[in-house]
Amino acid sequence: MLTSRIYAIFAALLLVSSSGYSTENSGLSAEEIGLNIAVKAKQQDRGWGDSQADMTMILRNKNGQESQRLIRTSNLEVQNDGDKSLVIFDEPRDVQGTAFLNHAHPLGPDDQWLYLPALKRVKRISSQNTSGPFMGSEFAYEDMSSFEVEKYSYKYLRDETLNGHDCTVSEYYPVDKFSGYTRQVVWLDKTMYQPVKIEFYDRRNSLLKTLIAKDYQQHQGKYWRPAYMKMTNNTNGKSTVLLVKNYRFGTGLTEQDFNQTALRRVR
Amino acid sequence: MRDFILRSGVYRPVTTLLLCLAVIIAASWGAGLLVFKGDSRVFFAPDNPQLQAFDQMEAVYAKSDNVAFLLVPENGDIFTKENLALIHELTERAWQIPYASRVDSLSNYQHSFANGDELVVGDLVPDPSVLDQPALEQLRTLSLNEPLLVKRLISTQGHVSLINVTLQKQGVDPEQELTDISQYARSLQQELQQRYPDVGIHLTGLLMMDVAFVEAALEDNEVLVPLMFVVVFLAIGLLLKTVTGSVAALVIAVAAITVTLGVAGWLGIYLTPPSAAAPIMILTIVVADCVHILSGMFHEMRQGVTRHQALYNSIKHNFKPIFLTSATTALGFLSMNFSDVPPFQDLGNMVAFGVMAAFVLSVTLFPALLALLPVKVSTQTDYQGSPLMAGISRFVLTHHRRLLPGSVIVMAAMLLFITQNELNDKYVEFFDQSVPFRAATELMEQELSGVDSLEFSIETGIAGGIHNPKTIAAIADFSDWLRTQPEVDHVNTITDIFKRLNKNMHGDDPAWYKLPDSEELAAQYLLLYEMSLPMGLDLNNQVNVDKSASRIIVTLKNLPTYQLLEFEQRASDWFANQYPNLQLNAASISLMFAHVSKKNIDSMLFGSVIALILISPILGLALRSAKYGVLSLLPNLLPAGIAFGVWGLLSGEVGLGLSVVIGTTLGIVVDDTVHFINKYLYARRQRQMSPQGAIQYTFQSVGPALWLTSFILIAGFLIMALSTYRVNAEMGLMTAMTIAIALIVDFLFLPSLLLATDKAAVASQPDAEIQNPETAIKEKLTC
Repeated sequence: MLTSRIYAIFAALLLVSSSGYSTENSGLSAEEIGLNIAVKAKQQDRGWGDSQADMTMILRNKNGQESQRLIRTSNLEVQNDGDKSLVIFDEPRDVQGTAFLNHAHPLGPDDQWLYLPALKRVKRISSQNTSGPFMGSEFAYEDMSSFEVEKYSYKYLRDETLNGHDCTVSEYYPVDKFSGYTRQVVWLDKTMYQPVKIEFYDRRNSLLKTLIAKDYQQHQGKYWRPAYMKMTNNTNGKSTVLLVKNYRFGTGLTEQDFNQTALRRVR
Repeated sequence: MRDFILRSGVYRPVTTLLLCLAVIIAASWGAGLLVFKGDSRVFFAPDNPQLQAFDQMEAVYAKSDNVAFLLVPENGDIFTKENLALIHELTERAWQIPYASRVDSLSNYQHSFANGDELVVGDLVPDPSVLDQPALEQLRTLSLNEPLLVKRLISTQGHVSLINVTLQKQGVDPEQELTDISQYARSLQQELQQRYPDVGIHLTGLLMMDVAFVEAALEDNEVLVPLMFVVVFLAIGLLLKTVTGSVAALVIAVAAITVTLGVAGWLGIYLTPPSAAAPIMILTIVVADCVHILSGMFHEMRQGVTRHQALYNSIKHNFKPIFLTSATTALGFLSMNFSDVPPFQDLGNMVAFGVMAAFVLSVTLFPALLALLPVKVSTQTDYQGSPLMAGISRFVLTHHRRLLPGSVIVMAAMLLFITQNELNDKYVEFFDQSVPFRAATELMEQELSGVDSLEFSIETGIAGGIHNPKTIAAIADFSDWLRTQPEVDHVNTITDIFKRLNKNMHGDDPAWYKLPDSEELAAQYLLLYEMSLPMGLDLNNQVNVDKSASRIIVTLKNLPTYQLLEFEQRASDWFANQYPNLQLNAASISLMFAHVSKKNIDSMLFGSVIALILISPILGLALRSAKYGVLSLLPNLLPAGIAFGVWGLLSGEVGLGLSVVIGTTLGIVVDDTVHFINKYLYARRQRQMSPQGAIQYTFQSVGPALWLTSFILIAGFLIMALSTYRVNAEMGLMTAMTIAIALIVDFLFLPSLLLATDKAAVASQPDAEIQNPETAIKEKLTC
């Protein structure tokens, strides 16, 4: 009787310790494992230098009505600070030529400038809000900005296979108090170290949005990027599909292309 | 067949009892399936055009469901560190209210300003603890000059402030969601009220109204229904001097109610605040049937007939009149199907069903119970007739020549006051002053702004259409026009944001507080602004996703319904006239209620006419006389008319509840008339009595029963008038009043009318008959 119970406990312990990530992280807390995974993800994606891509956003409401946005993005990797990015709006027509420059910082507000062609002026935007909708879509700017380890604290949850991807599942807790989320649950593919699914939990800690990323392609033999992302709002039935085409790496962009003077020149 | 049924109850009571119980239990089982819906939407049919417009508006922009906290500091000044700390804390905490999708307050208002070539966007009060006196004064000046804030989130004098929480309910389990939200909001209110005793914190908003609906209906059924049972029990017990009779009548009433609720449950009908009044109504009407049977039985027993034979005779004599009155009452309630408000249709159908179920029960289960239970009758054997009825009949016979013109003048005068009524159906006033929602909302109306709103959506049909300078100018022009209207308290419009951004982008130069002059500029301003807003404070409540339409939210002063309708019409006409190529749609909860109550009155009048047309042949058949059929129309129609006249004199505000009163009372009022005329004709035809004698006979034979049933009905509906839910309270009060008036009309006007139109009566001298009332009293027949 007693022995059988001991066996059962032993078997259960064995099962726990043999399953999941904890095999290679034995002795670490869930928080430390989560952090390790995040660091590894950032390391894996290091060294891409600069990149460009074209994006199509398709916004759908509950009734299935659609609306489309076209943007072009350029990104520059910055060591020891957040990345720099430039977004040029092509559609809708009336915002064509508007350009948004962002210098991300792992902690503290990003530096942001906007060039308004109709005003022919560059404006610095001072706002700590990155949680609002980006161009009316279900993506917030904070969902699209570059991943930095320091932006979150972590907690590893479990391993799970999702749509054929062998994943680790971790919780990310935003450090920025202006974030719109209490936490994100991230399914990270173990080989790509890229998210295939993210659940966003709002200030009430209830599920707000779900992101699915797929059609990953490897660039430069190293960097994985999704061609398809779909953000579904779980409360209002709206969704936004983000199609990314034409990824280009090593296009020769430099710091000069990511400053205020460059912002005026964009076409 | 009929006789078989009648005999069964009396002579095979156990079998009848068991059979009835089986049917009752089977039917009542469905009551478990009943769902209560307190949502204000239940008042509207799915195809209601205003509901559809409203749903359309909600689908395009944000939802309108909200909870609002009204803060009233004792010191009369919002701009102190402590009061702002409360606003700040409440704003932050309000995000935790279940299903909250947006929180608007003074502290998180997204204030934008220029700082050199920099545009700063952020919370108006990010941290109240660091504010010193100059900063507080600056904040006051800024807030009280911001058109988006004044009279919406802060009063003109800065002495009260509002925190508005927009909700995005999921609709999976609406009742649970309602409870979750209101419980959270109330506990938040209570907790902060304790910590900030110097600021009154009041809860209002559409969601709190829905909560008030549910609570009022619950309270009605927890307090009023038991009270009604007590009154009925006492009334029967005291008036007929029987305990077992009262018990049996209550059993019938309970059975009729549970069967009705059960069948409603089986049919998938849900309960709503108005239809929750069905139990009280059924109880009231059912008891009337039982009173007739009981008084008939006792009457026979007093004459020495055995208990079972007396019971059988009573059932037999009463079968036809009870069936007729049940049928006419049911028809009256069925006329509520013409209502445009689904809950009233349900109420009408449930009561109609309950009345017919009660009829069946009162000729089966009721006699079975009376056969089984010990029934004693008071020893008083020689019944001398009712002295009250004798008095009334003597009075009528003496004065009928003066009574007729006199009552005609009084009635005509009362009818004139009908014109004093005006349509007013403000949903705030659906509740009486004891309901916290109403108190909070009225406080808000008094201190900040009205609560009625109108939403206008201006639609261009082109993506990005609202960036067009012409469209923006039209929206601004319309907003300006709206602001000049006397009915308007506040206008929330996108053009104010355009103007402010234009100023911000030109170094906050006040000269640039004007609309952007190109489509691109407007589009780029909005893009810029939207990128700077936090989650939950986006522009989607004012602009749709593809920027083809914009919504203006107009807060109105406290207006009667017809003025609201008139204002909507005026605004829509103005816009159509000025900007014929832009489409304007209007919607709002206030507008939905305004339209539905207006339409409901028309359709209920129509429904009452139809019911009357259906009831009239029944009357003609029952009375077997076309002449008296036509004559009966007067006492049938006058009571409701007079009641509305009295209402015009006393209150003058007619809303949803009153519009159905003609339907509910018609059937009941008809009963009294039928009984009276029927007996009169019986006396004239069968007994060959003189008109005067027939009047006395009628008073003695049906007078007591009419008096007793009317008394119970009036008591029942007066109890309904105690409801905190004013729609039901007014419906109860008006029904009680109509029945009371009907009784007076039947006792004073109707006999005078009968005498005046009866040629024999006109010819003869009345006085001889009056000296000898015993001729009538000897005929001791019950109805």
